[in-house]
Amino acid sequence: MGHLGKQTITYKTPPVITCAYSSVGPKETQGPMGKYFDHHCKDELLGEDTWEKAEARLVQTTIQGLLDRAHKVPNDIQYIFAGDLQNQVIASTFGIKDFNIPFFGLFGACSTMGESMCLASMAVAGGMADLVMAGTSSHNCAAEKQFRYPLEYAGQRTETQTWTATASGFVLISRCGEGPQITAITPGKIVDLGMTDAFNMGAAMAPAAVDTILTHLEDTNQKPSDFDAIITGDLGNCGIDIAIDVAKRLGTDLSDVLMDCGKLMYDDERQKTNCGASGCGCSASIFTGYFYKELLNRNLKKILLVPTGALMSQGSTQQGNTIPGIAHAVCIEMK
Amino acid sequence: MSNINQVKSEYQKIVDKHSPKNKVFVNSIKAFFIGGIICSLGQILIDSYMFWGLSFPEASTWATDSLIFISAVMTAFNVYDNVGRFGGAGALVPITGFANSMVSAGMEYKKEGYIYGLGAKIFTIAGPVIVFGTISSVIIGIIYYFI
Amino acid sequence: MDLFMQYVKCFTVGGLICVIGQILLDRTKLTNGKVMVLFLVSGAVLQAIGVYGPIVEFAGAGATVPISGFGYTLAKGAMEAVTSDGLLGALSGGLTATASGITVAVVFGYLAALVANPKSKS
Repeated sequence: MGHLGKQTITYKTPPVITCAYSSVGPKETQGPMGKYFDHHCKDELLGEDTWEKAEARLVQTTIQGLLDRAHKVPNDIQYIFAGDLQNQVIASTFGIKDFNIPFFGLFGACSTMGESMCLASMAVAGGMADLVMAGTSSHNCAAEKQFRYPLEYAGQRTETQTWTATASGFVLISRCGEGPQITAITPGKIVDLGMTDAFNMGAAMAPAAVDTILTHLEDTNQKPSDFDAIITGDLGNCGIDIAIDVAKRLGTDLSDVLMDCGKLMYDDERQKTNCGASGCGCSASIFTGYFYKELLNRNLKKILLVPTGALMSQGSTQQGNTIPGIAHAVCIEMK
Repeated sequence: MSNINQVKSEYQKIVDKHSPKNKVFVNSIKAFFIGGIICSLGQILIDSYMFWGLSFPEASTWATDSLIFISAVMTAFNVYDNVGRFGGAGALVPITGFANSMVSAGMEYKKEGYIYGLGAKIFTIAGPVIVFGTISSVIIGIIYYFI
Repeated sequence: MDLFMQYVKCFTVGGLICVIGQILLDRTKLTNGKVMVLFLVSGAVLQAIGVYGPIVEFAGAGATVPISGFGYTLAKGAMEAVTSDGLLGALSGGLTATASGITVAVVFGYLAALVANPKSKS
């Protein structure tokens, strides 16, 4: 294990993602990626009486699904790294509470999948643990309520707005075993180019994604073509174009390898989502549901997963603050 | 060494280039029709109340109250938000939009309790309207008194 | 025919007021709540300078139903109360004129929210 360049860590004995599991809501099920997800919830409430509790249930369902698939019990898991969008990461708290697994609560906005996988792989590669869990969740209705308007409010969505996914994804990261390996990580810096439009999150996050991707490439001395895919979290349809444009101006052509989970999630025309998907659960579920299996089947050999987050609260935007972005890169290889 | 801040000065231009614009023309046509329909409904109510013998100011007040009631019912039946998603400002600007903002907030925050949730949050969007309305009426009244 | 023209005027004026709102929403950074407040205050000010009254006479509900009509009623109430009650009217007139609207909104808003639940949107 070693530090490389400005902010990258490479692992000599790479931690292995031995298992992954995803759960999604009905709208995500109906989207083009629907069939890849492991668990499909029938409705957005999951048998609970509030959206917030429903998200906690989504987290709990995903973790239980992951444990069952891996034939593990909670006692086998040494730590869990997780977070979500709700205030004080309360969905993760209540979703994880009854498993009695030591818990690190994280906030990285929608970059949480990257943040949790970075920290979990560091814990394992550093010899602090043998088997840990990392993941995150988001819930459309809980996010609407907290960040935007009541669900029954008659507001119109703007063209640049994305749809917060009701989704969750968790991975099991192990010191040894079979599966795709985390060979390097690049934790991201907070990047702020002065965006203030809370209805154009792709624009707020794209610079952070580009910064992290270019830093990873420079630190590890690689080209975009060394990867089968570079996958950002939830830049959305216009955010990914912005990112490609910005990278080009900085001298790197990402147009052939860059994909975005937010762009993959929905059929925007049919599902009226406007600019794609967002939310922590977006990159988490699409990685665990789709890309993880593509790696297992060796359709992909090497990817760079770059979940992206917009760092804001309702108060911070109302007080006139900008919306900085962050992105964490995780290099995953199937050897 | 690439530095993301190199693009800072031109970044807003890059964003504008790739971000889809709101379809203001189509949206305006929709807003015109939805707004027109809601206002015409108000006019039908005014005419009906006047037909039953009320004066115009009375009928107008009753019509406004009726529209607020209709909007509350439509919001409760999860219908009014669709009117807004289609009609935009056409559903927001009429008094029905004001009522919708109260009912929708009340429904959403009911789970936080009937007093601090429903009772308080019912005004999260509509509150400023009442606050600024009251203040402006007082200011106008005072100015009117002195001239 | 008079009745028909009355509805054409009502529809057109009401629709156009909403179009102004739509343009503000789509082309400026103003959010829904700010647009509502802006229209309300505009209605009140236009009434105070004697403009909104004639629009109401012309368009009827087309001018009273938009939230600017609520501002118009507030200002009109305050001005009329000043005429009859003096300075105290400035404090009581606005809310007196709109009392029933606010009451209906609060009472039925509370009741509606009490019995109904929000539904997820797909």
